[in-house]
Amino acid sequence: MSNSSTLWSDAIYRLTRNKAAMFGAFILLILIASAALAPWIAPYSYSFQNLELGASPPSADHILGTDVLGRDLLSRILYGARISLLVGFVATGVALVIGVSWGIIAGYAGGKVDSIMMRIVDVLYGLPFIIFIILLMVIFGRNLWLLFGAIGAVEWLTMARIVRGQVMGLKNQEFVMAAKAMGVSNFSMFRKHLLPNILGPIAVYATLTIPQVMLLEGFLSFLGLGIQPPMSSWGTLIKDGVESMEEFSWLLIYPGITFTITLFALNFFGDGLRDALDPKTTDN
Amino acid sequence: MLNIFIRRLLLAIPVLLAVASLTFFLIKLAPGGPFDADKAVSPQVLKNLNEAYNLDASEWEQYVDYMSGILRGDFGPSFRFPGRSVSEMIATGLPVTFELAFYAILIALLIGVSSGVLAALKRNTFLDFIPMAIAMIGICVPTFLMGPLLVLIFGINLEILPVSGWGQLPGDKILPSITLGFAYAAYIARLSRGGMLEVLNQDFIRTARAKGLTERNVVIKHAMQGGLIPVVSFLGPAIAGLLAGSFVVETIFQIPGLGRFYVEAAFNRDYTMILGTTIFFSAMIVFFNLLSDLAAMWLNPRSRDAS
Repeated sequence: MSNSSTLWSDAIYRLTRNKAAMFGAFILLILIASAALAPWIAPYSYSFQNLELGASPPSADHILGTDVLGRDLLSRILYGARISLLVGFVATGVALVIGVSWGIIAGYAGGKVDSIMMRIVDVLYGLPFIIFIILLMVIFGRNLWLLFGAIGAVEWLTMARIVRGQVMGLKNQEFVMAAKAMGVSNFSMFRKHLLPNILGPIAVYATLTIPQVMLLEGFLSFLGLGIQPPMSSWGTLIKDGVESMEEFSWLLIYPGITFTITLFALNFFGDGLRDALDPKTTDN
Repeated sequence: MLNIFIRRLLLAIPVLLAVASLTFFLIKLAPGGPFDADKAVSPQVLKNLNEAYNLDASEWEQYVDYMSGILRGDFGPSFRFPGRSVSEMIATGLPVTFELAFYAILIALLIGVSSGVLAALKRNTFLDFIPMAIAMIGICVPTFLMGPLLVLIFGINLEILPVSGWGQLPGDKILPSITLGFAYAAYIARLSRGGMLEVLNQDFIRTARAKGLTERNVVIKHAMQGGLIPVVSFLGPAIAGLLAGSFVVETIFQIPGLGRFYVEAAFNRDYTMILGTTIFFSAMIVFFNLLSDLAAMWLNPRSRDAS
């Protein structure tokens, strides 16, 4: 195990030296903390309406202003963060589980099983999945968990390819053969021998999948096919902002800035993680 | 080459059939009939409607009917717009969407390739950092935010470009095309920079320089052919992405294209329209993926000779 701990401690060292990645991690921590603590730190409830006030620009009472119904924008962004980040993490989790299992089985089994499984991935790659998500949302109603599952079910393909490639490289190494010779079951082979050795690429790809998933959720919510009121995600806030941007531009600009900064942070952190775990790719 | 093309084309047929069947039966799973949402109609009217749209036949018959219709290019009638067929609506929307996508991809390629190649050639200078920083912005600012922001700046504040429409006012095609193309310009810039950096370090480039070619020729004739393969392979998936982007862009700018029809159909639960466009989009995307894979293969001498 000394070998793998060196890899990880090296990686952590390199990661902490990467300013952009650390900055990304810092922003993410703040975001996650404020999303988790939203009920306690938000100045108002996300649904509290002050209809007399209506849409008001940023002021001392409402740091980021209020929307058309007089709801505090900062509070809505904080509560929206919960949904947006939740979608990001849960859907990525779904993608991770499917993709990693698929990739490990295909890579380890090899031969016909592998070629059939990867051919399926190739075929699915070529299909317009966003359309299918929309289709599912239309048919089965706009359900939050369905949304998680549908997005996750779309994003696993690249993960499967990456994992399969890694497993193909590992399976002919001595420690895997030794484990096989000792009669280790397939399941513990996956869990104890293969998985720990491919955690690096998985972590990198997962970090880079989160922003894509969040973009997809934002895209669906923007079209009105994702998160439904009274719940709000950053996608729905941007949608609302667009509707009234001519008079009340802050309603578009602040949620937009928050969303963009989050995506930046995730991308910086993901890139930094990739560079840290695999110094060879730094140039690309 | 031809072999691969034919093999992939043959594989595409069962895939599309499966997609069409799956979509058809998914739609049948949808709760409620197509005429439920409207005000209550008398049973007789409902019966006539069902008869007119062939909904009283068994599902299997409807399926066979529909599939044989598709083969003739007939996607059936629209449930929401009486008297209009889905094929008709695709035919009206498609040219608009294609034109938009064409401008977008043109912008993406022009900006993306030139800034990516330049960044690779002037590596670690100002000319590398600035375009790559802008590319990062392009990747992180989603289309549905970029569009409204451009409208806010150029349409509402500066009042120099129209805020919506397509082909009605001079210059109304500019903002939608830029909105749709910008994110792809960013991806293409990063891909071409990466591809060029890889190629520029290789021996054949050194050889080309050593035999006294001008730098211009080295870059254009030798480096770019290999360095831009990733960009060509990206074009297939990009078409799929452009299509999704067109949903947003056509909604923001009120462009009467296929993307907007699709979103409207999704809202109106116009099942036949959703069904038809889904199958049509899938076919288109499978085809473009095939095309871009082939182009990338053809550009890469190693895989070209191997086949």
